[in-house]
Amino acid sequence: MQKNAIFQSKLLPYALVAPQLAIVLIFFYWPAAQAVFQSFLQQDAFGLSTTFVWFENYRDLLSQPDYFATILRTFGFSFAIAVSSLSFALLLAVMADKPLRGGTLYRTLLIWPYAVAPPVVGVLWIFMLHPSLGVLSRYLRALGVDWNPLLDGDQAALLIIVAAAWKQISYNFLFFLAGLQGIPKSVIEAAAIDGARPMRRFWTVIFPLLSPTIFFLLVVNIVYAFFDTFGIIDTMTRGGPGKSTETLVYKVYTDGLLGGNLGGSAAQSVILMVIVIMLTAIQFRFVERKVTY
Amino acid sequence: MANVTLRDVRKTYPGGFEAIKGVNVDVGDGQFCVLVGPSGCGKSTLLRMVAGLETVTGGEIDIGGRVVNGVEPADRDIAMVFQNYALYPHMSVYNNMAYGLRNRGMAEAEIKSRVEEAARILELGAMLERKPRQLSGGQRQRVAMGRAIVRQPKVFLFDEPLSNLDAKLRIAMRVEIRKLQRRLNTTSIYVTHDQLEAMTLADVLVVMNGGQVEQVGNPLDIYEKPATTFVASFIGAPPMNLMSTRPQEIRSQLGTGGGSAEAGILGIRPEDFVITDQAPSGGIALSLTVEAIERVGAETFVYGARQQEEQRVAATPGELPPGEIIVRIPGADAPAIGQKIRVAATRAKLHLFSADGRTRIEA
Repeated sequence: MQKNAIFQSKLLPYALVAPQLAIVLIFFYWPAAQAVFQSFLQQDAFGLSTTFVWFENYRDLLSQPDYFATILRTFGFSFAIAVSSLSFALLLAVMADKPLRGGTLYRTLLIWPYAVAPPVVGVLWIFMLHPSLGVLSRYLRALGVDWNPLLDGDQAALLIIVAAAWKQISYNFLFFLAGLQGIPKSVIEAAAIDGARPMRRFWTVIFPLLSPTIFFLLVVNIVYAFFDTFGIIDTMTRGGPGKSTETLVYKVYTDGLLGGNLGGSAAQSVILMVIVIMLTAIQFRFVERKVTY
Repeated sequence: MANVTLRDVRKTYPGGFEAIKGVNVDVGDGQFCVLVGPSGCGKSTLLRMVAGLETVTGGEIDIGGRVVNGVEPADRDIAMVFQNYALYPHMSVYNNMAYGLRNRGMAEAEIKSRVEEAARILELGAMLERKPRQLSGGQRQRVAMGRAIVRQPKVFLFDEPLSNLDAKLRIAMRVEIRKLQRRLNTTSIYVTHDQLEAMTLADVLVVMNGGQVEQVGNPLDIYEKPATTFVASFIGAPPMNLMSTRPQEIRSQLGTGGGSAEAGILGIRPEDFVITDQAPSGGIALSLTVEAIERVGAETFVYGARQQEEQRVAATPGELPPGEIIVRIPGADAPAIGQKIRVAATRAKLHLFSADGRTRIEA
């Protein structure tokens, strides 16, 4: 079989990949290089002079206990968001995979939240759970919960995790459903004949066969939790109260754009980039090997 | 060890489609029962109903004296071999076979001895640690069989287990399955669309068509006395020649007397014709123009067109196009294409059916 396309002109292939390359270069490599360069610079308070300081921004950053707290918090958030949205999505997908009357409708409705932009998700949830405006807040208070995420850091963190996980459920659901439908029905029937009850069938056959999907979604969800939760945090809590919902990406924004410390902020974004690349590499190297069968 | 009895078993889908229209079959203890029929005839559905994978909407399924209509597949004490083998892709061969035993809480030592015994019988000993994807089609097939035999169930169910294998392997596995079943003496129900597989494997052959049983019996009895034209054309390859006959022909050629003087269908197996110029006494003779020759070595198939135009039988699955006659002769000597030949069959070799093909008429 002929796999390679034959081009008459030598230039045509380059011309065809050029737009894609241009996009990657302009919107990824160039800003990334800028960030690395920026992270070696320091400006005075009025932005009148810029000095090249090598690694001083990094030294500053790593000497702040505050920064490590943010890293830990970000990991905590990512873990909580990924685990909760993956498990809820899996539960929903397993239920939607059964033959149901109107199953297509359920599936469609479950996919919709993915179309909602993160800031809108933030607004929706804050409307429901705002301490003085929120509909659900009233019920919570009626139940005796002292609900005030604007003052209570733990509640604010919970709110962010719930909203961010909720948005990602749709995406995960879609992949889980496809994964479940990719498992041959006869394998599950064979397990049923082999005497495995539904729960055991799930944990010994379905779950292991879904593990490649789970692994893929884990990577995607962690990257999502690291970066894409920005909009949700910005509309709901702006990193507060205190710094209780400030994640790495939000700190880049507050320190750089609000605090004016461009060099420090650039150093943070470089560290953030390195962390995510490392996480993904680790996941691919150690987890993927275990999930292929 | 158990017999399996189906009593007026029916399956109607919620949409109203009747997949199984009342099936009665009795499979004795240790017998090998083959369900054969064209695709869509309901044979797989029936097997899945016995397995408990499909609900029964009418009648009773009885395994070893217990009606199992409402019993979970796991509690029916059956094992099934699927067409696509349905091995657990993430488990080793050993674990594939051990899974069903572990689910039943068997001790590891007992599991080990049973799996090793099955592996020895099926020559899988060297592959116990491999994953299904590292095995060939035939080896996967054997693992699927192993998974069934380690359980030592009352009944084996086979759902077209050989149809994913190449022709040569299929024949080898067919013989192995038969030997294995003889040795274990476990009641088996086997679904196939391949009439040759059905003939060679079955103690009891069940020919199905359109959700109904056309004929049940010993394979050779069915071959020699097909009950309907469907069975006549489905069992046997190449299929039986079928021709419409007029009442006077029945009378004159078969001598059945005036009583059954109605139009009918006459059937003659290809091997029952001989090429001869002599008209047989009490049989039939046909003049044919040779249209095609197929030489397969030990025998030759001669395809001929009948010379005088006759009234034709409506085509049913597996049947010849109207007007074409197949003659099967031993050896490789055959008439030339275009040659006119006369073929004859004796009275004893003729099969006669009612005009609708549903009833066999015994002379």
